Parts: sequence; structure tokens; C-alpha cells
Amino acid sequence: MTSTKYLIIGNSAAGVGCVEGIRQTDPTGEITLLAKETEHAYSRPLITYLLGGKVDEAGMAYRPADFYVQQRVKTMLGVEAAKVDPAAKTVTCADGQVIGYEKLLIANGGKPITPPNLPGADAPGVFTFTTWGDARAIEQYIAANDVKEAVVIGGGLIGLKSVEALTARGLKVTVLELAPRILAVTLDQDASDLLAGALASAGVKLLTNTTAQRVDLENGKAAGVTLPDGQKIAAGLVILAIGVLPDLSLVAGSGIATERGILADERLATNVEGVYAAGDVAQALELLSGERRSIPIWPNAYRQGFIAGVNMAGGDKVYEGGLAMNSVEICGLATISAGITSPPEGQGYQVLTKLDPKTKNYRKLVLKDHHLVGYVLVGDVDRAGIITGLIKGRVEVKGLEEKLLAPDFGLISLPAMHRERVTAGLGVWS
Amino acid sequence: MKRIVAKEEYCMNCRLCEVYCLVSHSRSKDLIKAFRQERGEIVPRITVERLGPVSFAVQCRHCDEPACVEACMTGALHRDPATGEVTHDPQRCVGCWMCVMVCPTGAIRRDRNGHVAAKCDLCLETGTPACVANCPNEALVIEEDND
Amino acid sequence: MSKRLVQAEFNVERDPERCIQCQVCVRQCSNQVHAYDAESDQVTCDEASCVGCQRCATLCPTNALTIKKAPPEFAPDNNWTSDVIQNIYRQAETGGVLLSAMGNDTAKVSWWDNILLNASQVTNPSIDPLREPMELTTFLGAKPNAVELNFDDQGGPSLATKLAPQLVLSTPIMFSAMSYGAISYNAFESLARAAGQYGTFANSGEGGLHKDFWPHGPNMIVQVASGRFGVDIDYLKVAAAVEIKIGQGAKPGIGGHLPGEKVDERISQTRMIPVGSDAISPAPHHDIYSIEDLRQLIYSLKEATRYQKPISVKIAAVHNVAAIASGIVRAGADIVAIDGYKGGTGAAPTMIRNNVGIPIEFALAAVDDRLRQEGIRNQASVVACGGFRSSADVVKAIALGADAVYIGTAALVALGCHLCQKCYTGKCNWGIATQDPYLTRRLNPEIGARRLVNLLRGWSHEIKEMMGGMGINAIESLRGNREHLRGVGLSDRELSILGIKAAGE
Ligand SMILES: Cc1cc2nc3c(=O)[nH]c(=O)nc-3n(C[C@H](O)[C@H](O)[C@H](O)COP(=O)(O)OP(=O)(O)OC[C@H]3O[C@@H](n4cnc5c(N)ncnc54)[C@H](O)[C@@H]3O)c2cc1C
Repeated sequence: MTSTKYLIIGNSAAGVGCVEGIRQTDPTGEITLLAKETEHAYSRPLITYLLGGKVDEAGMAYRPADFYVQQRVKTMLGVEAAKVDPAAKTVTCADGQVIGYEKLLIANGGKPITPPNLPGADAPGVFTFTTWGDARAIEQYIAANDVKEAVVIGGGLIGLKSVEALTARGLKVTVLELAPRILAVTLDQDASDLLAGALASAGVKLLTNTTAQRVDLENGKAAGVTLPDGQKIAAGLVILAIGVLPDLSLVAGSGIATERGILADERLATNVEGVYAAGDVAQALELLSGERRSIPIWPNAYRQGFIAGVNMAGGDKVYEGGLAMNSVEICGLATISAGITSPPEGQGYQVLTKLDPKTKNYRKLVLKDHHLVGYVLVGDVDRAGIITGLIKGRVEVKGLEEKLLAPDFGLISLPAMHRERVTAGLGVWS
Repeated sequence: MKRIVAKEEYCMNCRLCEVYCLVSHSRSKDLIKAFRQERGEIVPRITVERLGPVSFAVQCRHCDEPACVEACMTGALHRDPATGEVTHDPQRCVGCWMCVMVCPTGAIRRDRNGHVAAKCDLCLETGTPACVANCPNEALVIEEDND
Repeated sequence: MSKRLVQAEFNVERDPERCIQCQVCVRQCSNQVHAYDAESDQVTCDEASCVGCQRCATLCPTNALTIKKAPPEFAPDNNWTSDVIQNIYRQAETGGVLLSAMGNDTAKVSWWDNILLNASQVTNPSIDPLREPMELTTFLGAKPNAVELNFDDQGGPSLATKLAPQLVLSTPIMFSAMSYGAISYNAFESLARAAGQYGTFANSGEGGLHKDFWPHGPNMIVQVASGRFGVDIDYLKVAAAVEIKIGQGAKPGIGGHLPGEKVDERISQTRMIPVGSDAISPAPHHDIYSIEDLRQLIYSLKEATRYQKPISVKIAAVHNVAAIASGIVRAGADIVAIDGYKGGTGAAPTMIRNNVGIPIEFALAAVDDRLRQEGIRNQASVVACGGFRSSADVVKAIALGADAVYIGTAALVALGCHLCQKCYTGKCNWGIATQDPYLTRRLNPEIGARRLVNLLRGWSHEIKEMMGGMGINAIESLRGNREHLRGVGLSDRELSILGIKAAGE
């Protein structure tokens, strides 16, 4: 059995964040990082850009090639962890290796959801799309089978990014979205409509309120899908993009508390001594509700990993809470959204909007008790971060509402205290 | 850590900082050519905000814990722990605007044609930042803080 | 409304090859001469309101702008010049008094140019100021008629005579009275800071001294004028000296008026008047109708400051200036400041500025002569002011009899003033003569003070060079030393009043 001071499972945003957090506090302590995937730390969100030809393989690296050497980290890539034993303070790998640790970070991310009863879902030509490996496999499959049409099931973030990639490769794409509109979780109706318009003008066919009932096969390979109403759509490639879930297989039966994800406290520690969790696998503090929720986005994964790292190394750093937010540019139309974007009626939310269909500019702000709790920007997304900062910093914006809607809105309108803090480079919290 | 400090009480809203920033990041490095041929394609990385008589210039603050670096999914944004400078590598940027989404000063702009983010690089290549060198009223100064 | 007959005074030439539509000019012109037209992506201009301040041309990054004087081409006439005609058009339109600012700008205003300096050749050696000590230290205040000494047991001397309070200047140049109100807070601060840094004095003018500036008190002369703005015991105490302002060279005989819109919170605190109210300085002091009345005020101020501060009296140079100055000295003043007819102002009726008063050259010579003749020259220092443009003017004034000079316009020019003479509009694009918060921030007092100190350093150096050339190593030896002056192009009468020989004599 080998042993290490710090053991990190996962080689992505949270894992890298953890390494940087540990090293800020403890420059020398032994770190071992293992990951199922074989690639050097790469940028998961870029897999669609890779498929679309917007970045090359070299561009996938999230950190320089010598990053782990520089940080004095022992990496074990292509090694899958199978079981965590917190009592023995060991992790057992699928290949039988046992690794002892003093502090453990579980950051093995999420796993794509596959629809439970979709006949044909396991046929060649049907893919989920969350890893570099998936990107390679899809690319090869398209080439080998000369695929011209594709169906993407799911109009969420990964689905739409897949659409971008496939369109860029010259495929004709149809999107199936079960909800009445795309990006239903993060955007409101108006913003979704603008994006749908952008998709349409790029030649993408969008079908809402529907999904695939089965994958049609030809010679044992995917050849299209059939919708509940019997309509058939021909497609040599089917991408399943209906979401990701925290991957809890590692911790099952370990005594580490889970709900939707692994429950992590404000220092990113689990209920078990010495074990921390961060990233898509974790369920940690959400800023607006004060509850623990899983928010599978890159910035949260990094920040949680970083804070976990600091705490693992003996530091004391508190996680301020994550905020659901995203930025997508689909067919040239940029969209940024954060927090609560479609608030329920009658609960005291104030909604301000400004829509200019001609320029495809849209701004929506959601406030409660004179504090911003969410927003959507489409088109002119510049300076969105100022608004994010106001949400995170819980800055009272009474009297500023109209200014916030103006496209030239800036720091100058903000309360002096907040403005001075951020311009001093202290971020929104200190 | 080098920081560009804006003295709000002496900023006179001339916006020469924007002009010279744009030129300094142009291909030609020539005022007239840069504006004639590259305006729209490139944007200044410094923005003067104005409200009534008050104005000041905003550019990257090189935060201690930069939200943009945390949010950057390609690794294009990086904070040098030794110098504290937050750098941006346009080669690795794909224009996802995650940084625009989180920068609390709104200092990261979209370089429209290139579809990559642009932010203040302190003109590290040339020495003194162009905005500081050309501010007629010394409202932009470079300060060294050692924390 | 009938068509205006007044034509634009300036041409704005924009080189389309160079203009990059950056709009710096649009944002910097307070007269709205430049405007940006988004539709055509062009910067356009309305020349009618251009005052020729050159702000836009100076800041234009590509030098695309040239501002040229545009005298409307009326039929050539030396008498009825375009300025005269345009002024009549203006008055025919408005029925108002023509206003001007800064000093008299008529063709013949300087006699300094008719006076030339001496230099040593062969018979008396000149001095190199870079190698040998050169003394510019100047003491302002009453000097005793004679000095008595006491000697101790060992024969060591000590001064028995009690000396009157003195202002000590590192160079014989001070900044003349420019009130906070006429000039901006930042301009005022620049002057105060520079005075402190260089070891000389700035003058508060008649608008009081804002508490922010009290730390500069040791380098401030504060004024008591007919409006008595901002005067209380603390004001007198905080300053190095007090000056009673009787008159000003740009507008002898008339008062002053700061319009209410310039009286903001800070100015109201400084002047001790309500926000938004007009600050009116009456033409005379209503308690001074004679030399005896003046003496009362001088001594009230001496009492108030416990005889620890010199009291100065400032007058405009007018016809009987010598007699008036004599009266002032006899009334007890420690310093007499005389402002010639080139003296500047923030606002004056044009006719008064250009036609009332006499040149400082003659006034100074006459006052110095008269005080000497009466044997009271030592009882007060004489400070000359009004249009000093260079160190040469300063040297000539000292040789004519001044102890020191005040500079106003030159100081403002150092701060960026381009002499557009529109101070009274309150729209000074250089942030000097304005209270508009969008404009005042254009003058960073750190830069302002640095530039003023540079000016003082440059002039002082030149003064030393000129003195050295004459073989003089202390400013004391130059004072009233008219042997070092010669006149050119002057009548016998002028030469005799100036008390100097003609060139060649
Ligand atoms: C196509 C796509 C686009 C996206 N776009 C965005 C976006 O625009 N913005 C955004 O904020 N987020 C985006 N995301 C989400 C973002 O990628 C995730 O939030 C982020 O990657 C989470 O990082 P993580 O470190 O928690 O885990 P992951 O990135 O999921 O990485 C998990 C790591 O653990 C390893 N691992 C997994 N299981 C095991 C095991 N059993 N043993 C050992 N190692 C294991 C994996 O090899 C991997 O290294 C996108 C995701 C995808 C798939």
C-alpha cells in the first residue's frame, strides 16, 4: 500500500483548484492526484469546441504541461478509484491498488444521465458528451460513417454547445427539448426566444415539448429517432444531453453523507474526518438560499476545490456560497445569466426588463428587497460581472434599478463602499 | 504588485487613456492607422465611466483572488503568484465570456472581431502602461503595493 | 430675433486626414464647439462659440485641430478695427457693458521692453552664479531708521533695536491676490502649495481662506477688502501677513462681483456668505475716506495680530500714486503693493481695464523716488505687480526700486491658462477660473504646484544670471540701483520720471 499526505480524486477544475489551494498553504506536503481519464488536466467545457474545430488538442490543456511537476504533485492518470474507506483512511482503486491518505478530496465530478427507457440508446451512433474521450469517439464516428444529420436530445447547455460543434462540422442538426423552451432552467422566455431565433437562423431545427421515444436503427447503428407523435427524424448521430448527476458510486456505503451529491460544509469538509468534497460531485452552500445544492459549473468547482485545498493544508477558509450562473454564446448571440431568472409570482420579487428585438439585446434583472438575486443579459453582455458582484456582495441597490438596466451602466453608479472594494482588487467579499 | 490607480478627483473624462490603450494594443501601434483600420475590431481595455461631473477609468484590478481566473475554463487567465499580475493569453481564449460574467469591475471586454476576451495587461511588453503614460492630468498612476 | 451681426472670432480647422473621431475635443470643450454626429461618424463644430482657449488643439492626440484667430475681413481701417466694430455690434445687441478678463491687451502696454539691463565688461568683473553664492533672499516689512547694538562683557554684539515683523522670501517673487471663487479650489491649492515649497508667499485675494488651506497659512498673505469676505480673527491669525486691498490695477476705482451661481457650499464657507448669494465688493471701503481712516484699519489689524505680522496695503497705480503711497506708509503700512494698469482680473469692464490707471513702470519709479525724498523708504517695502511676464521684467522692477513683485497672470499661464480672457464666463476649459466641478478637476494641484515651482526656479536662476552679469551678488544691491538701467525709445520726460539714463549715456 502506498501512502500520501493529500490524495485528490479527480483531475479537473476542482482537483486543480485543490492543488493550488494546498500549495498556497503548504508548499511541500506530498500530493497524489488520481483520475480515471488519462489526459493531462484539460478543460472539460472545451470538448465541444474541440469537436467543432474551434480549438485543437494542444488548446485543451487547462494548465501547462509541466504544471504538476512544478507543483510537485504525483499523478496517477488512467487509474479509477473504486471505493473510499474513511475508517482505514484508504482509497481502493479498480485495479486493486490501495492508497492511504491523511486528507482526501473527492472531486470525481458528475456523470451524464442516460434516459432509462429509451430503446436503442446503447446502439453505436448514440453518445453522451462529457469527456474528451467522447469528443474523439464522436469525431471518429462521424468520419467513419459519413454522418450528415444529427439529433441532439436536450436543449440545455451541453446540448446547445453540441449543436454548435456539430453545425460547425457541417451537420444538419435537430434539437429535441422536453420543456417548452431551450435552456429552461437558466433562462426566461424572452431570452430563450432570442436564442431559438439565433439557432433557427443558423439552420438548426428546434422541436420543443417533445423528446425521442426510441432510437431507430439501421444495420444495428443509429439512423434516427421516433418522436411520441410518430414523427421520424433521420440522423446518423444521436447525442444524449439531458443532464449530469453527481457521481456517487465511489462513496456508496462509505458512511460519507450524501443527498443529491456529497454533502460538504462551509469548509468543504464532509461529515467524515479528513474527507472533503468539491465540484460537480459535491452539494455545498448555495449563496441565495443558504441551502446546500449542487451547482455543476466550472467556477464553483474551482473555488470549492481551492478552498478545500486551503483547509486540507491546515488553513481556514470559508466558502462564501456558489451562485448558479452561465455564459453561452450560441450562433454568435452571447447570453449570460445568473441566480434566479424566472422568479415565482407573488413572492415579492421585482422584475425589470428591457428588450430590443431589433438589436437582439435583452436585459432582465430580478430583485428582492432591493437586492439583486438574478439577471439575464442577451447580446450586449459587457460588464455582466458588475451585476454578478452586486448579487454576490449582497449590495443594496435601492434607487439604482433604472441605471442597472442601461447598457452603459457601470461601477460609477454603485455605492462607494462596494466600488472602492472592488477597484482595490479585493473582490466582492472581503 | 503593480497596480494602476485611478484618481477620481483628477479624471477629466478626456478618455485619452482609452485612445492610447487601443493604439498600444493595435497591430500598427499608430494612432491614425489603429483608429482607421482596427477600430471596432479591437477595443480599449480601459473604460472611463462618467456620471455628471465625476468620471474615472476602470481597468483590470489584478485582484488578489481573481474571480476571472477561477471562472476561466481554458486556463487563458492566470494569476502569477510571484508578481500578483493577472495575465490573459488570447491564444488560449475561446470567448466563452465566463470572465465577463464574474469580473466585479466589468473590466474584461469582448474583442469583437477576434471573439476573445481583452483585459489590461499593464503593457508589460512596453514598460509603462500607455494609459498612465498618456494621462494628461496624472489621474492614472502606477503604484507598487507590497502585500 | 434678428440676425446677429457678430461673427465668429476663431476658425476651427479640423484635418480630416488626421481626425480619428476619438471625441476628446467634444468632451473637453465647455463651450460646446465640437459635437459628434453618430450617424455620419463625424465630429462637427460650431465655431461661433469658440473662445480660442486651445484646449482641444492641445489635447487632440493626432494634432488634427488648429484654432486660428478669424478676424472678420472688414474693409481695412486702422481706426475702426474689426475688434472695435464687433464690440459695437455686441453692445447694440445687448445694451450691456463689455466685459473682459486678464490684463489689458491693447497694443502699447509694456515699457519694460524700453528698458535695458547692464552687464560688466573689463573694468568690473561679472560673477558666475553657478560657482559663487548669489543671494536672492528678500525681507519684506518696515526696516528701522538705524540699528543699535548692545555689547556684552566680552564685547560680543547683539541687536538692541526691535525689528518690525518681516516676511522672508527665498526669491523676490510672490503670487498675487487671486481669490478662491475667481479661481478654482485646485488652482488656489496649486499656488499655496508652490509658495510653501519654494519659500515664498501666495495671496488669498479677497475671498477668504477655506479651512482646508489653513495649513498653508505660514505662506499665505490674506486680504481684507471692501467686502470683508471671510475675515475673522482666525483668518488673520492663521496667515503670515495681512493685506488691505484698496484697489486693483485692472479696474481701479470699481468694486467686484462674484455671481451667486459660483457660490457653492465650499465658497460659501470660505466667504462666509450664504450659498448662491452674489458676493459684491463695494468700490470703496465704506469705512475708509482718508489716510487717517486707513491708519485706523491698519492699526486695528496690527492690534488683532499683536504686531507680529506685517500689514500691507494694495492700491492700483493711478495718477497721484506717489503721494498716495507716501500717505499709506505714514499711515503705518509695512508693505505697499502697487498694481499697474496691466494687472489681471477675473472680470472687469473692458473700458476700465483698458483705459484707467497708469503703467507700473512709472508708478513704481515715482513711488520709490517720493519715499526716498521723504526719507521714509525704509519704513515700508514696495511690491510691484501688474503684468510681469519674465524674470527680466522682475530684475528691471527691482532695479527701479521694488523690493519684490507679485505675479498673477504668469502663474496662471504656468498652470495652463491660454489667456482666452473669458474667465468671467465661468467655463474655463483649463479648470482655473471656474467652479464647475466637471472643469475644476482638470487641474491636478500636484502638477500645478510642480509647474509653479519650476517657474519660480527658472526665473530665480535667470535673475541670478542677470545679477551676476552686472557683477552683483545680492538682490539687496540691485534694489533701486537704476544705474543698471538704460532707456531706449523713450522721451526725455519718460526717462526723467523713470529716473534712468538713455541708452548710450
Ligand atoms: C460539454 C460541457 C460543457 C460545459 N460548459 C460549461 C460552461 O460553459 N461553463 C461552466 O461553468 N461549466 C460548464 N460545464 C460544466 C463543467 O465542465 C463542470 O462543472 C466541471 O468540469 C466540474 O469539474 P469537476 O472538477 O467537479 O469534475 P469533472 O470535470 O467532472 O472531472 C471529474 C474528474 O474526476 C475524474 N474521475 C471521475 N470518476 C473517477 C473515479 N472513479 N476515479 C478517478 N477519477 C475519476 C475524471 O477523470 C475527471 O478528471 C460543461 C460541461 C460539459 C460536459
